[in-house]
Parts: sequence; structure tokens; C-alpha cells
Amino acid sequence: MDWTELIFKTIFLIIIFVVTLVVAMYSTYGERKVAAFMQDRRGPNRAGPFGLLQPLADGLKMFMKEEIIPLTANKNLFIIGPSIAMTTALLTGVVIPWGGTISIGGRIFSLQVADLNIGILYVFAMVSIGVYGIMIGGWASNNKYALLGAIRAASQMISYELAMGMSIIALVLTTGTLSLHEIVSQQHGMHWNIFYQPLGFFIFLICAFAETNRAPFDLPECETELIGGYHTEYSSMKLGFYLFAEYINMFISSAVIATLYFGGYNMPFIDQLGLSMNTVTFIGTFFFFLKIFSMIFLFMWIRWTLPRFRYDQLMNMGWKGLIPLAMFNIVATGIYYFFTELK
Amino acid sequence: MVFLFYMLSAIMIICALLVVFSKNPINNVIYLILCFLAMAGHYILLNAQFLAVVHVIVYTGAIMVLFLFVIMLLNLNKAIILRKSTVTRVSAVITGGIFFLVLLAATRQTFEIHAKYPFASDFGLVSGIGKVLFNEFLLPFEMSSILFISAMVGAMMFGKKDV
Repeated sequence: MDWTELIFKTIFLIIIFVVTLVVAMYSTYGERKVAAFMQDRRGPNRAGPFGLLQPLADGLKMFMKEEIIPLTANKNLFIIGPSIAMTTALLTGVVIPWGGTISIGGRIFSLQVADLNIGILYVFAMVSIGVYGIMIGGWASNNKYALLGAIRAASQMISYELAMGMSIIALVLTTGTLSLHEIVSQQHGMHWNIFYQPLGFFIFLICAFAETNRAPFDLPECETELIGGYHTEYSSMKLGFYLFAEYINMFISSAVIATLYFGGYNMPFIDQLGLSMNTVTFIGTFFFFLKIFSMIFLFMWIRWTLPRFRYDQLMNMGWKGLIPLAMFNIVATGIYYFFTELK
Repeated sequence: MVFLFYMLSAIMIICALLVVFSKNPINNVIYLILCFLAMAGHYILLNAQFLAVVHVIVYTGAIMVLFLFVIMLLNLNKAIILRKSTVTRVSAVITGGIFFLVLLAATRQTFEIHAKYPFASDFGLVSGIGKVLFNEFLLPFEMSSILFISAMVGAMMFGKKDV
């Protein structure tokens, strides 16, 4: 890797970082607007035109609030908790292919920070480390409600990780690769994986909801039972980090779903238009973000439509519903490829 | 690369020592997690990306979460100081010393093994591991996968109230 490549990657990394933060910030605004729309209200409309400055105002409020660390809390771990949640949420973005290739001054750069040959597994690793943020924070608060929230989060994430991994195995059987870049380029020309793996997509989607702790799986922060769940004792920007990490996770998992099942930056009929490479990449990235935003809207839509599960229902569905279904999916995919590609 | 190797090794050794010497069970688990992450770093240095990421998913992401989970459920947040009798202590030191000797002997053996099997840089990648697992070690691999599935089904059966 030479210097120009390194400089390009660094700049690109910073752009992704900023875009992730901005999208997550405006997801909070979007969520309130969607909620308001569903409940026939107006939503935020005081700060700026259409309330567009509301996320900034919220951020400022979070920074200005008094910072409280409970006397009985384990201070170091209390601070480490939200840091882990935020860091792991941000780390996942590097393996996602945000677009095709662009040429700057005769050199060709790929719009992906790192094309690991184990891209999907990297995403999984980050997700599985992310649970420590919640667990450590919940435990360090030294509060029974926070501890219960943390324990719920941990068992929920472990249970759904299994089904998620199995739905991915079926996808890997179809694509034959673990690299996200390869998976996207295979879906070129409307060969989207959702048409080949509809059941796998369904399982992955449900698990993504559970992994991001979004309603109807937001048991860890279930207000009616646990006050605030794992962040009961948190205040100021540390609370902000937890809430913000959830929105970043939502954005990243939407991006992963769009990459794995909806063709990533591919769009139909792009070859017939006869555009230059940079334009195609630009349109592709635009399309990718359109897919991500529709996915985020789906997340919000479901949150404001469905009530929350009961905890035993959640566990039953994970272990007795999704895992057998995912196993069936693997076997069915395996049998299909065994008989069609046996040459 | 050499610098990274020494840094990761230092992190690993310090964390491993802290696992043994720190008295709070939660801290022990967290140091063990850090130790495992450093070990994943070593795998990456050996160009074994698949091994590294699976190590993170399985050990750091699943098994250590269960450790933390159990410790949190039992609420073992007080530092425990165990008082053992002199006989136990002395025998523990002797057993530990003998075990260390065995490990040392095993490590010495690796110098001979290294010469026989030279380092292949593509060994730890998915394709390399897949080929080895599905050609040379097919039977043990399939057996262990059946074992895992039966363990998982067994866990689900335990969860049922009325079997």
C-alpha cells in the first residue's frame, strides 16, 4: 500500500465516521417524526425549520447536563461501559462496501476501507463484543434494575446470535464467499440474495432487531418493568453514548442487511445507461443509502406498531422458533445445491 | 511487525498475570477478555484471519459473556480472599511447578516440529482451513458438529418445563 492509497483510505475513513454520526443523529429526529406521524402528532418542530436542529439541541443538552457517578458504582467500569458500546458500534463500518470504485487523477480507489476475506465474520465479532458495553455498564451501576437489564441483554444477544449465524451460513452456501465486497459484486444485475434466501433474510431481520435491542425486542430497557434497564444510573453524555450507540447499530445493521440481501450499491439497469465509472459509483452509493434509509424506516415502523414481547416469549421464539427454522434453511439450501450443482 | 508482536505479547502476559493476581472476579474476567483479544491479534500477525475472528466470536463473544453472566448472577462483586491450609498451599505449588515443567518440555518440542512443517502464509485463511477440515479431518469434523447440535438440542430440552 503506497502513500496515496493510505491518504485516500484515511480521508475516506473520516468521511464514513462523520456520515455514520450524522445519520445516527438524524435517525433520532426521524424516529420522533415517524412516531409522531404514527400517533397523529406533529413531532419536534420548535428548533429550526421543521425542527431540523432538534438533534443538535439534544446533543448540546446531553453535554451540558450534570454528570453523576453513583457513590456505590465501580467508577472505572462505569466509564468503560458506554465507551465500549460506542467504539464497537463505530468499528463495524469499515468492512461495508459503501460504493464501487472511483478514479481520481487516473488512479482507481475502492469505496471500502478494508476488504477482509472474512468480512461477515468481522461484523459478527464486533456485534458479539458490543454486548460487553451493556453488561459492564449495567453491572458497574450497582443497581438491581440495571443488573437485570444487563443480564437480559446478554442472554438475549447470545440466543439470537446463534440463529443469526445460522442464517448467514445458508447465505454463505449460496454466495461461496465471506467477503462483503465479493457478495455485493455477485448480486450485480438484480441477482439480489433476498430472492435466493427469503427465509434466511427473514431470520436475519428478526435477529437484527433483537441484536440492536430495538422494539419489539427492547426488553433490556423495558421502562415499565426495569425503569431504564441497564442505563438507569447513567446521566449526561454517558447516557447519550448508550442511546446514540443504539442508533449507530441500527444504521450499521441496516447497511449490513442492504449489503447482504439487497445488492448493496447495485441498482437495476445501471449497465444500460452507459455512464462513466465515477457517475455509476455516485448513483450506486446514493442507491445504497436509499436502501439503508428504507431499512431504518422499517425499524422505526415496527417499533411504533408492535408491542413488546414478554421475556419468556422472546426466549421461546429464539430457541424454539428461529434456530430450528435456520437449521432447516441450511439443510434445504445444502440439498438444493447438492442436486443442482453436482456435476 | 516485530514491534506489534512484542506489544501484543506484553499485553497478553500482563493481562494473564492480572487474571491470576487481581482479587475481584469481575476484573479477572475482563482481564481474561483482554488477553483473548491480544491472542486474536497474534493470529492476525500470523495471517490467520479466519482463526482470529472465530476466536473473537467464540471465546471473547460467547464463552466469556457466559462467565461474566454467571458472576453477575451470583453477584460476586466482593473481593474474595481464600484461606487454605499449609498442606494445600505446598501441594498447589508443587503441582503448579510440575505442570510448568511439562509445558516447558512441550514448548521445546516445537523447535523440531517447526522445521518439519514450514510456515505457510495462507494456512489460516478460510479456504486453507476449509480444505484441511474437509479432506484430512472430515470424520472428526462431522462428528464434532453432530456433538454440538446434540448439545444445543439438549440445552433446548432442559429449557422445557414439561418434557
